[in-house]
Amino acid sequence: MKEQIDLQQFRNEVRQFLDSKLPVRISKKVRLGQRMTKADYEEWHAILNARGWLAVNWPVEYGGTGWSAHQRLIFEEESCAANAPRILPFGLMMLGPVLQKFGSEAQRNWFLPRILNGEHWWCQGYSEPGAGSDLASLKTRAVREDNHYVVNGQKTWTTLGQHANWIFCLVRTNTEVKPQAGISFLLIDMTTPGVVVRPILLLDGEAEVNEVFFDDVRVPVENLVGEENLGWTYAKYLLTHERTNIAGTGFAKAGLDAVRRIAGQEMAGGKPLIENPYFAARLAQVEIDLMAMETTNLRVIAQVAAGQAPGVESSMLKIKGTELRQQINDLTRRAVGPYAIPFVSEALDEGFNAQPVGPEYAAPVAAQYFNNRKLTIYGGSNEVQRTIIAKQVLDL
Amino acid sequence: MSEHDQVSFGETEERKMLKDTLRRFLSDAYTDEQRMSSLSAGHELSTGIWSQLAELGVLQALFGEDVGGMGGHGFDIVTVFEELGRAGVVEPVLENTVLAGGLIADLGTNDQHALLLEVMSGSHQFAFAHTEPGGRYDLTHITTTAVENGQGFVLSGHKAVVSNASSAHTLIVSARTSDAADSEQGVSLFLVPAGQSGLSMRGYPKIDGGFAAEIELNNVKLPADALLGQLGLAFPAIEARVSMAIAAISAEALGAMEAAKELTIGYLQTRTQFGHPIGKFQVLQHRMANVLIEIEQARSAVLNLAAVLDKGRMQRERNASATKNLIGRTGRLVAEECIQMHGGIGMTQEYALAHFARRLVMVDHEFGDTDHHLERFIALSQARMSAHDQ
Repeated sequence: MKEQIDLQQFRNEVRQFLDSKLPVRISKKVRLGQRMTKADYEEWHAILNARGWLAVNWPVEYGGTGWSAHQRLIFEEESCAANAPRILPFGLMMLGPVLQKFGSEAQRNWFLPRILNGEHWWCQGYSEPGAGSDLASLKTRAVREDNHYVVNGQKTWTTLGQHANWIFCLVRTNTEVKPQAGISFLLIDMTTPGVVVRPILLLDGEAEVNEVFFDDVRVPVENLVGEENLGWTYAKYLLTHERTNIAGTGFAKAGLDAVRRIAGQEMAGGKPLIENPYFAARLAQVEIDLMAMETTNLRVIAQVAAGQAPGVESSMLKIKGTELRQQINDLTRRAVGPYAIPFVSEALDEGFNAQPVGPEYAAPVAAQYFNNRKLTIYGGSNEVQRTIIAKQVLDL
Repeated sequence: MSEHDQVSFGETEERKMLKDTLRRFLSDAYTDEQRMSSLSAGHELSTGIWSQLAELGVLQALFGEDVGGMGGHGFDIVTVFEELGRAGVVEPVLENTVLAGGLIADLGTNDQHALLLEVMSGSHQFAFAHTEPGGRYDLTHITTTAVENGQGFVLSGHKAVVSNASSAHTLIVSARTSDAADSEQGVSLFLVPAGQSGLSMRGYPKIDGGFAAEIELNNVKLPADALLGQLGLAFPAIEARVSMAIAAISAEALGAMEAAKELTIGYLQTRTQFGHPIGKFQVLQHRMANVLIEIEQARSAVLNLAAVLDKGRMQRERNASATKNLIGRTGRLVAEECIQMHGGIGMTQEYALAHFARRLVMVDHEFGDTDHHLERFIALSQARMSAHDQ
C-alpha cells in the first residue's frame, strides 16, 4: 500500500509542477496542434531541466530523475493531459543510456551534461535508403585513417535533423564479416565539413524528417562509442530504451479525451455527435481496448520493477499502442466531419489570429491523422515487431 | 437481388472508347508534375488541362443529349470518374458537371440551359453551395434564407466547405423559402454571380487537392429569374444529384485505389530487404491479396449504384448509402495498407501515393461518411420493409 500512496503523491507533485511551470503559450500550441519550433522545445526542456526532471530515464548520478517505470508513466500521463510538448527522445531516451552503459568516461563527462543543458541537439542516423526494416544491411562507410574515421554515405528519415548539431550514426567499419558484425556506433558533429542535411516533405506537407549526407566527413576516433564493430549490440540496447513507454498510453488517453470533447460539440442529426450510437460505438471500442492496454502496460512495468528486462513485451506494446493511437486519430478525423477538408497551413503557426475555418479544433486533425501513419512504420515497423514476437516468443 | 439485368455492367462500345481515350490522354498529360502544378496553382484553374478535358468531350459525356451533352447516365459518370481518379486529377469536374451543371440541366429553363454549353466548352465555372456549418452531412439542414421582395429574392446565410467556389463564375446556392430547417419542403435553388454584392468568400486549399471556401451571404439581392426550378421544390433534384455525385466520387476513389494498388505492387516487386524483394514475404502477399479483393468489391459497389441512378428514390438512395459506406471503409483500408507496405517512402509528399492516399481518406468527408451512410442504409432498409408489410 505504501507504494500506491507515494505514487499518488508523486502524481500530485507532477500536476502542481505542470500547473505552475508549463507556459500557457506552449500548452495552447500543443492543444491546437500547432507546429512546435526549435525554441519551443528548448524552452520546455530548460524548464524541465531546472526542476531536474528532463532525463526521466537516467539514473541520478548522471543528472537524471532515477524514477521507476511507474513514475515515468505517471509523468507521461500528466504531461500529455496538460498538453505539454513531448520530451525529444534522441539525446535523452536514446543516446544517453547508450553512453552511460558503453561510453568512455570522457564521453560521458562531455556529452551527458550537454544533452541536459540543450547545447547539443541530437538526431538519429540509423535508416538508410536501402536499409529500413533490414537495418543491418546499412552501407554508410567509416574508414579509419590515423586518428580519424572518414565517413561516406547517406542516412534518411532523420527526425528533426534540421535542428540538430550532433548525430549518432551506425556506420560500416568492416565489410568482410556478416553484416551485424561490421557495424560501429559513431558520434558525429554535424558542423563538420561534408555533412549536408536536406528536408523530406511528408504527406501532411511538413518537413519533419530529413536526409543526411556524408561526404568524406572526418570524425575523431574519440567519438567511437565502445569498441569498433560492436555497434549492433549498442544499437539493440538503444532500441530497448527507445521502447520505454512505447505503449504511449499517456498520448492515447489525452487523445481520447480530446475526441470526446470534440464529439460533444459537433452536432449530428440535431444531437451532439457523442450521442450518435454509431460514433459512440467506435469511441467505446477504442476506450475498451485502451483500458486493457493500460493494464498490459502496468503488468510489463511490474515485471521491470521486479528486475526483469523488458524484452519482447515492448514489441507487443509498440504494436498495440501505435495502432490504438492511429485509431484515435481516425476517430478525431471522423468527428470533425466536412471541416476535416480545409487545410489552412498558417493556422498551424503560433500567432495565427485570423478567424479559424470551421471550429478551431478542426484545423490540424486531418494532417495529424496522415502524419501519424508513421507510428506503425518507425522504430522498427509493426511487421518487424510481429516477426520478433513470432521468433522469440512463439519459437516459430 | 442484383441491380444488373444484363451482364454487360453498363459497358458499351462508346463507353469503352471514352475510357480508353481518357486513360491514354491522362497518362500522357496528367503526370505527377502536372498534378503538382495544379495543386500549387492557387485558385486559378490550370487552364491548359481544363480546356483539353473539354476538347476531349469529357465534360460533355457527363450531360444528357437533351441539353447538348453526349451521355450523362450513371455508367457514363462512373466511367469518366474512375479514370480521373486513377490519374489523380484535382480539377473540379464534379462540381461543374454532375452537381451544379446537373442541377441546371434538371431544373433550368431554356435560357439557363444555355449556360451549360459554356460549361461543356470549359469557359464557365460553377460551384454548388449547399452544406452549412453544423449541418454535417444532412442534406436537408438548410438555414440560409431567401425572402421574396417584390423584384426578386434576398439571400442570407453561411455555406461551408464549398468546393471550387473561389474559381466559380456562378454559384448555385440552396436556400430556404419556407418550412423549418431540416424539412425537405421549402428548399429553393438560386444562381448567384460570384461578384454579387453582399456575397463574401474565404478561400483555402483542401488537404487532398483543389480549393474550397466559406461563403457568407449578407442580404444578397437577386432578380426573380435567378431562381432555378420551382420555388420550394428543389430538394428531390438535390437528392438525386447528390446520389450521382456519390457515384462519381466513389468511382473516382475506385480509380485512386487502382493507382495506389499498382504503385504498391511495383514497390513490393522491386524493394529488396533481407535479400529478397519484400513481395516475397507471405505476410505482405496476403495483405496485398486482401487489398485486391476489397478493390474488386468496391468496383462492384460502384456498378451497383451506377445501375440505379435513374431508378426510384428509395432504390437509388439505399444503393448510394450502401456504396458510399463500402467505399469509405475500403478507401481507408487501401490508403493505410498501401502506405504501410511502402514504409517511410509511402509518406513522402513527392511520391504519387501520398496524393492517392489523401484523396482516398478524404472522400469519406464528402457527401456523408461511412457511419452516416450506415445509419442511412439501416433507416432506408427498415422503411422499405415496413412499406412491403403494408
